[in-house]
Amino acid sequence: MRVSVTTSVFIGLMASVALGAPAAAAEKTKFEFWYGLSGDLGERVQDACKKFNDSQSEFEIVCTSQNGYDTTLQNTIAAYRAKKQPAITQIYDAGTLDMMLSGAFVPAKKLMADNGYTIDWNNYFGGIANYYATAKGELNSFPFNSSTAMFYYNADAFQKAGIDFKPDTWEQVEEAARKLKAAGYECPLAFNFDTWALMEQFSAIHNQPIATKANGYEGLDAELVVNKTKFVDHVKFFKKMADEKLFVVKTKQLGMDIVPAFTSQTCQMIQTSIADHGTIGKTLPEGVKWEVAMLPVWKGTERQNSLVGGASLWVLAGRPEAEYKGAAAFLNYLATPEMAEWWSTVTGYIPVTKTGFDAMKANGFYDKAPYKGRELAIQSLSFTPTSENTRGIRLGGFTQIRKEFATALEAIFMQNADVQAELDKTVERGNAVLRRFEKTYAGQTLN
Amino acid sequence: MDKRAAFRSWWLPSLFALPQIILILLFFYWPAVAVLRWAFTLEPPFGGAAEFVGFTNFQEVFADPLYWNSVGISLAFALCGTLATIFIGLVLALAVDRQLPGSAPFRFLYILPYAIAGPAAGMAFRFILSPERGLMASANAAFPDFWNPAKYGSHALILVIIVFAWKWAGYTFIFLLAGLQSVPRSLIEAAAMDGCGPIRRAVDIQIPLLAPTLFFLLVIMMTEGFVGADTYGIVARTTDGGPNHGTDVMVYRIVEEAFRGLNYSGASAQSLVLIGLIMIFTFIQFRFIERQVHYK
Repeated sequence: MRVSVTTSVFIGLMASVALGAPAAAAEKTKFEFWYGLSGDLGERVQDACKKFNDSQSEFEIVCTSQNGYDTTLQNTIAAYRAKKQPAITQIYDAGTLDMMLSGAFVPAKKLMADNGYTIDWNNYFGGIANYYATAKGELNSFPFNSSTAMFYYNADAFQKAGIDFKPDTWEQVEEAARKLKAAGYECPLAFNFDTWALMEQFSAIHNQPIATKANGYEGLDAELVVNKTKFVDHVKFFKKMADEKLFVVKTKQLGMDIVPAFTSQTCQMIQTSIADHGTIGKTLPEGVKWEVAMLPVWKGTERQNSLVGGASLWVLAGRPEAEYKGAAAFLNYLATPEMAEWWSTVTGYIPVTKTGFDAMKANGFYDKAPYKGRELAIQSLSFTPTSENTRGIRLGGFTQIRKEFATALEAIFMQNADVQAELDKTVERGNAVLRRFEKTYAGQTLN
Repeated sequence: MDKRAAFRSWWLPSLFALPQIILILLFFYWPAVAVLRWAFTLEPPFGGAAEFVGFTNFQEVFADPLYWNSVGISLAFALCGTLATIFIGLVLALAVDRQLPGSAPFRFLYILPYAIAGPAAGMAFRFILSPERGLMASANAAFPDFWNPAKYGSHALILVIIVFAWKWAGYTFIFLLAGLQSVPRSLIEAAAMDGCGPIRRAVDIQIPLLAPTLFFLLVIMMTEGFVGADTYGIVARTTDGGPNHGTDVMVYRIVEEAFRGLNYSGASAQSLVLIGLIMIFTFIQFRFIERQVHYK
């Protein structure tokens, strides 16, 4: 008896909540935008929304953080299946192919043309735009927050260890690490098992493929090949350095990830995203000299452009026509040079358009202390025109493949597994993921 | 002695039961049917035409050595976690039940960890027991790799079991304390007068009389260990299934596969296997253990 009463009270409450939901009719066209950034960066997205709402009176954008890239993708999928999708959603690099094959979006180019905006699509940096474009180079989504991996080092420690060169090559990194060790630094270089810098960016700048079919751009039947490229030697090099305690594993599980390890001056060199530039500058104690540089390459390598990371904005299909007008207006607003500059200043993400970048350069933005060095990210991204190996990675289930490789690195560095054997096994597992993805989307082709 | 409320009509009880029935249909059977459908197709994440593939998803699951690794780890986790949880809860309950001076606040304190969400507890313990910065850092400095859950799968498994036991011991404690309070005082007093110490009384009188409660907790905690949301939360926040699949419990694997890998069909197949396993375990528990627990 008692149970039924509480349950019915509960049901009653639920019903009243559902019925009482506000149905306020606003004059403005409202539309939703879901994003994955959280914390400080999430606040900045809210600022952008507010700026847009204040800038005009026709539309009102409602921005909601989903607290994380992967949850945004999951929630977008769930909402789309329930026909409750937002007009715009922010999807991270690894989810790009899932979106492209979903048929659940309005292509960027079509949206803007339909709503009477003329966008100079060539204004986007090639390295950025190509990641989100069709094979023909037409953008499906809008590059929004873009980053790439960089190399950070503690210049004070370098000076104390008597290192008078910049670590441009891995040979120099090794030499620097030895000198730092000799000078009493316990952790010359910190790394974790994130594959983004170690595998993906490394392969791109060294012009090594990750998978066949131009890293998946030319078909869903691509196969992983990283177990046969320079990446294997690179891992072996890392393993050797780790065994000599020159490169040190720093993960959350061990107590400290690489960025805190760098900012607490426990470790003197790391590879991480340019998006961490702001955090590092803010967190390192005042007066500590540090530098950011492009990722090192092996001596004798012809450096290629690095890959873009971050996320792009997708406009989802199945919304009322009026919302698309608003979405187009919002995306157009974000692309204005003033907004591009504001966004890059407050976040550390790089400007995605050439005019945005030029405007910032002309303002002297990159000459001042806290932002100095960020221009190197653009330089790294546009070092060469994109090629087969540097356009991007268009592989299905790539989040899972990344996880497989992270696990392999864990086995190699923590449990002494054989490098080649472990990578072979991982490539095999990754290929199984690719084949299942191919079957799931049987009959679909990349356009 | 049986006291039963009798309803004269059938519709009134049905009406009372209706909310519960709707809830069960909505939140249990409906998803279960969806999972059943997905397990036999290849479901694209955004929906659309899903091809029927028969038992392929199951074959893939069973052919994967890492899946069997995961089953073994789940078994170890659920078994050790359950035993640790019940043991700790029992010791605490026995201690509080003695009603020594000052024991009242502990009744409240021991329940507290249960109020903390599993992922939060996991996050806290990741710091507390981290090999380089936590409590064990000094032990590790003296004996390298004395405690390193980032390196050894066994240590990582112990870590997640500790978090699980820490959180759920409060839960078993409530039930066991309630159970102990229904043990007739006269029995215990009589034993005390015969010269039995507290441990002897616990082993010979209290624990046997608690058998039904212990059995109930065994079933509940085993299920929680296998499929509980906390199990996923704890593993995701502390070890992320690692090192090298060392704490890859089944429920973690399923959630990862479905939501990170967007492989809804493979995850559904794994879910069905997990449901089947739980049914078998529960059946074994009821068939062979329940018979022994009732004092007649």
